[in-house]
Amino acid sequence: MAFITANWNPLGEAFYRKSELYEMCWNLRDGLRDCLVSAAPYGGPIALLREPHKRSPSSRPQLEIYSASGVGIASFPWKSGPVVHLGWTVSDELLCIQEDGSVLIYDLFGSFKRHFSMGQEVVQSQVLEAKVFHSPYGTGVAIVTGSSRFTLATNIDDLKLRRLPEVPGLQGKPSCWVVLNQERQTKVLLSNGPEIYILDSTSCTAVCPPGLGPQAGSIVHMSVSFRYKYLALFTDSGHLWTGPSHLQDKMSEVDTKKSTPPKQMVWCRRPKSQQPSVVLMWDRLLMVAGVCNDTIQFPTEDQCVLVGELDGVRIISSANQELLQEVPLVCQDIFKIASMAPGALLLEAHREYEKSSQKADEYLREIKEQSMLGEAVRQCVEAAGHEYNTDTQKSLMRAASFGKCFLTDFSPDLFVSTCRELRVLNAVRESSVGLPLTHTQFKQMTLQVLIDRLVYRQFYPLAIEICRYLKIPDYQGVSRVLKHWASCKVQQKDLSDEAIARTVCLKVGDSPGVSYSHIAAKAYECGRTELAIKLLDFEARSGEQVPLLLKMKRSQLALSKAVESGDTDLVYTVVTYLKNEMNRGDFFMTLRNQPVALSLYRQFCKLQEQETLKDLYNQDDDHQELGNYYVTASYREKRLENRLSLLQSAVDEYNKAKNEFSAKATEEEMRLLRFQRKLDDEKGAGLLELSLQATMEALLALGLHKQAEQLYRDFRVPDKRYWWLKLKSLAEKEEWEELEKFSKSKKSPIGYLAFVDVCMKSNNTYEAKKYVSKVTPEQRVKAHLAISDLEGAADAATERRNESEMAAVLSRCSTSDRLLIDRLNRARACAVKK
Amino acid sequence: MAHSARRDCPELPDFSLLKRLARDRLIYLLEQLPGKKDLFIEADLMSSLDRIANVSTLKQHEVDKLYKVEYRPVVSTSDQLCFLIRPRIQTVKWICDVANADKAVGRLRKYHIIFTPQKFFACEAVLEEQGIFGDVTTDEWSFYLLPLDDDVISLELPEFFRDNFLAGDQRWVRTAGSALHLLHTLYGPFSKVYGIGRFSKMAYESWREQVEEGEQRARQAEIGTVFLIDRDVDYVTPLCSQVVYEGLVDDIFRIKCGCVEFGTEVTSDKSLKVMLNSQDKVFNEIRNEHFSNVFGLLSQKARNLQTAYDKRRGMDIKQMKTFVSDELKGLKQEHRLLSLHISASESIMKKKTQQDFQELLKTEHSLLEGFEIRESICFLEEHIIRQVNMMESLRLLCLLSITENGLLPKDYRSLKAHFLQSYGAEHLLTFSNLRQLGLLVEQPAGETLTVMESRVGKLVNDKTAGKLTGAFSSLAKKSNFRALSRKLNLVPKSDEEYDLRVPRDMAYIFSGAYVPLSCKLVEQVLERDGWTGLEEVTKLLNGQEFAVTGSIGADSSTKSDAQRIVIVVFLGGCTFSEISALRFLGREKGYKFIVVTTAITNSSRLIESLLGNIA
Repeated sequence: MAFITANWNPLGEAFYRKSELYEMCWNLRDGLRDCLVSAAPYGGPIALLREPHKRSPSSRPQLEIYSASGVGIASFPWKSGPVVHLGWTVSDELLCIQEDGSVLIYDLFGSFKRHFSMGQEVVQSQVLEAKVFHSPYGTGVAIVTGSSRFTLATNIDDLKLRRLPEVPGLQGKPSCWVVLNQERQTKVLLSNGPEIYILDSTSCTAVCPPGLGPQAGSIVHMSVSFRYKYLALFTDSGHLWTGPSHLQDKMSEVDTKKSTPPKQMVWCRRPKSQQPSVVLMWDRLLMVAGVCNDTIQFPTEDQCVLVGELDGVRIISSANQELLQEVPLVCQDIFKIASMAPGALLLEAHREYEKSSQKADEYLREIKEQSMLGEAVRQCVEAAGHEYNTDTQKSLMRAASFGKCFLTDFSPDLFVSTCRELRVLNAVRESSVGLPLTHTQFKQMTLQVLIDRLVYRQFYPLAIEICRYLKIPDYQGVSRVLKHWASCKVQQKDLSDEAIARTVCLKVGDSPGVSYSHIAAKAYECGRTELAIKLLDFEARSGEQVPLLLKMKRSQLALSKAVESGDTDLVYTVVTYLKNEMNRGDFFMTLRNQPVALSLYRQFCKLQEQETLKDLYNQDDDHQELGNYYVTASYREKRLENRLSLLQSAVDEYNKAKNEFSAKATEEEMRLLRFQRKLDDEKGAGLLELSLQATMEALLALGLHKQAEQLYRDFRVPDKRYWWLKLKSLAEKEEWEELEKFSKSKKSPIGYLAFVDVCMKSNNTYEAKKYVSKVTPEQRVKAHLAISDLEGAADAATERRNESEMAAVLSRCSTSDRLLIDRLNRARACAVKK
Repeated sequence: MAHSARRDCPELPDFSLLKRLARDRLIYLLEQLPGKKDLFIEADLMSSLDRIANVSTLKQHEVDKLYKVEYRPVVSTSDQLCFLIRPRIQTVKWICDVANADKAVGRLRKYHIIFTPQKFFACEAVLEEQGIFGDVTTDEWSFYLLPLDDDVISLELPEFFRDNFLAGDQRWVRTAGSALHLLHTLYGPFSKVYGIGRFSKMAYESWREQVEEGEQRARQAEIGTVFLIDRDVDYVTPLCSQVVYEGLVDDIFRIKCGCVEFGTEVTSDKSLKVMLNSQDKVFNEIRNEHFSNVFGLLSQKARNLQTAYDKRRGMDIKQMKTFVSDELKGLKQEHRLLSLHISASESIMKKKTQQDFQELLKTEHSLLEGFEIRESICFLEEHIIRQVNMMESLRLLCLLSITENGLLPKDYRSLKAHFLQSYGAEHLLTFSNLRQLGLLVEQPAGETLTVMESRVGKLVNDKTAGKLTGAFSSLAKKSNFRALSRKLNLVPKSDEEYDLRVPRDMAYIFSGAYVPLSCKLVEQVLERDGWTGLEEVTKLLNGQEFAVTGSIGADSSTKSDAQRIVIVVFLGGCTFSEISALRFLGREKGYKFIVVTTAITNSSRLIESLLGNIA
């Protein structure tokens, strides 16, 4: 027990402990001397620029990027201009702010991503100092120029430069300054000699920290806490003033008895703690100064860098890395010597239990008597979360588990989730991964972001393991990792397209939420078109493939994929694109290979561009359709000449299509039209547009028998048709004599039953009878029935010995026809016998 | 018909939800355009809209005047014009004209287009081309499904048929997929999906994509099974004359959106619009009956009604009072409907018992059976020459071609020539369309063997004929009707008596002459739980069949009731006869069928949509 509190140092009511995180893996020859160093919070990476002021082209400064544990990630000579400041963005990108005001952005692996400038005027005046800061809006950059002006960019991903007002009396750079984030506004707090100003976008206001008398001297160093809540000011008289950052209040003033300003000054507090303190660093000395006017002093041997964290300060030296933090209250309760907190008792009980001592029962009884067992378990679990040492974690968790056995209605959720989270944290704290996150930081950062960070660092297998272990839904977990992995994989220049495509497909498979088109787009961005196409093949939704294919100018493929998707709007989009992109011939050729797109385009042309339709058919040598096209067009024509010429074109096309039938039919139509026009002109018959049949009918109705006859001959109208026509026409006009004459003109091709029928239609039984005898034997019964001559019908049926005909006659007989019925029945019986 | 429905028939889900959803959505869209506005409605959307929201609902949401889209300059004085239209280029062009005309006289108005069920890129392209893309705002009213009855839902997209099957324009397939998706989210998850035909497959895939994209909720399925079928799988059925009551009413009076307008020949004074659905008690009993039964049933009904009226005799005052308040109204209503249907039947009778119609039916039946083809051709020739009825002629021509696998070149040409002489040369285009669809084709000259085969097939036993057909089935667009009919036993033997009063199979809807192929496929697939054992049939139908079980996020072990509620989706339209047949099948086998169709069709609508002179 005692060893846990060995590195605890009391400060006021709190304790501070400094524990080692890593022995650094790096091997720095000259330590951290003469380096520009920047380490990102939340266990982020470390960037080092050696000898930033070296400017000779022969030996350029070296930029190195390490993980928090000192594992080298990238290293390259700095070829660009002199760097003033290094900083990290929230998404692990390195910002290098140059003297000329341009900011270069590199990713974690040292590859250049983009750059932006802090303004034109900076090129002249030069950047004197720069700071990178984080706010809810993202990562920001602030600079002060040689002309003593401040410029701010609140979010580098949505760059808006703000030049702050002039500071009265400021020459060169201020003695010290910080960026504040208050009330959703970004401000600069600066000191120039004894004066302090707050600079916001519109004004520069002089302020005076309460309780800081003029005797304190001018401010030479200042620091703001992680969340911009507290401010620390260091005066040239060695006084440290602390207070809330709105400067309305004072918390403490400590005399450090140091005359030199500290090299670095960082706030060290944990959320909810009432004991904020400041860590100050001089050469060979580290001092923790709290509100209680007390200090802790640590001697240091090496040059160090302080990194402010949410709940502590990381101290990086060339040899190792330590975490300095206030001991969490729950840990104090448990581990403080002679603590009687329930958690402490439970831990003790468990320890006795392991030793098989009955004292375990005593301790347990004591906790239970105060009915604090639940609280005890909770304390142990919580403390385990805060401990860095895995053995301590284990003993605490075991104690918690032991205590839990005696509780009936204790929810296991907290225990289980802490177990899981600790496993994850221990895994990422491994030196090879190098993310020294505390539990508090992890909770603040969220798991999603942790996975993202692992992915940025290309720890794909670990990320996937974590996702699976924590059972994150695929869509947010494994799939997201795979997506990043694949996007990274396609950039590997040393692998063949084939190999990459195969590996990607193998790994990604059909994980939900991973879009192959997205991966392919990445490949295309890296100039690997062939690979992009191969990857697109795996995309199940053809629609997704289309936009990229178009971008890659694979329009043919885009078209076929669009067709495959079944989304006609997409097809149409591609068609429109192609229409503008290609010459007409190629465009048509492309369409020709895609019937679906072609019909779609045709539909459109039918309504919008008739001429194009013709061209389309022409291109295909589709003479049949061209013929149809001309015929359709002819019906839209009002003038006969135009119509005839269109029809002539149709005839030509039909001939080319070897469709003799249609050609002939169209020719006949032309002849008919001419004939109709002639008659219309001569007699005003109003025949135009009638069919042949209708024309003949009209002619007969008008009594133009000769002309009808002429049509009959000219158009080789079948006899049957002509006979029907004439028959109908004569009967309608009741020209019975003519009809009889006509019936005798030659043998009727339609038989004579028709004659009987037309007469009966006009209810002329007299005329009808004339034809009954001429009717063929098969139809004679029908004929007799038509004129209601039952006797005759019966005779005919009997003669033919046809049973069904007899039945037909019978069905027409009424009861009054007794005799006839008998006769028929007899004949029927007779016929059946035979 | 003896309604000997199986007791275990599951209950149908409530589809009025679809109407409510559509109405709420429409109201929301109208409210997006605050202030008074004039609403222009596409003509063929009028009836559907009427089923969803009546005029007063529209007026409540600040619709001032209602107009029908008539492709004429507008006379509206409103500052806001709202157009509720189908995504058709023609209509959009008209709106462009309206807007441009306003521009020319310097008039400022707001134009808002609501496309239903969705907008198409082509429409926006037209707006852009005509330079008014910036002047109009557009929206989509995703109104896919209109419930016509308890078990019939229509997409009301008659153009689906022509666009897809003739013009090869597949834009509506996704619409069908979305409609299916809507049903799936409201009444699914469906655990079994069967289908046959190219567009069925595409619609299924489009739907599946939407399922994958959307979030999935586990819920109790109300409908478990879906069967999708393309119209071109079975052209024979819609081409046959309908002889069940509802079908006949549709053939003769044309049912539009579940509503029929009886003319003066039925109502004696003035024409009357009547809703035809299961709410109409009288109609509900006779709709699925073969026409020869209808009179019997109606007179039975009349007698029952009389008895009900007669009850009041010998009643005391109190009984009389309850009779008047409770029953009389219902009886009166029934009375009115009864007399209406009796006169409708009479009117049908007059038309359908004529000599011509009987002969037509006879010819139709011999075509289906494959007997006396020569005589049928002669009949057809006379039919054309005498100009009896153009649509009927075309219908029979198509039926002849499909059942005989095309016409002999000699017959084809002479019949076509006759037809052109009778009805004009513009029908060259009609024939071209029919040929493209394979509805009316000429047997290629080189293929005389097929003729041989069809003749030989009748002499030799079925097996050899099957082999021969197999050998030729590689040739495209063959209907293979004869072989299919043998395989599935579609044409019952004609020498057996068929009692239409007590139907024994679905053939009753065609007087016992033919079991509709589409419905037979449904029956077979449900019976076999897939296509196994039907390989030869699907080969004859050019394949494209599919069966998916339990893939759509549902386990197939959902309660068995849902499994027996089956959606049958007809892509390209279905007829009332088919619906009747499915209702019959459901009663026999203990299923409940819900018919979802792109539109209600019949032979005349089918052929009208293929006429050449509509551009």
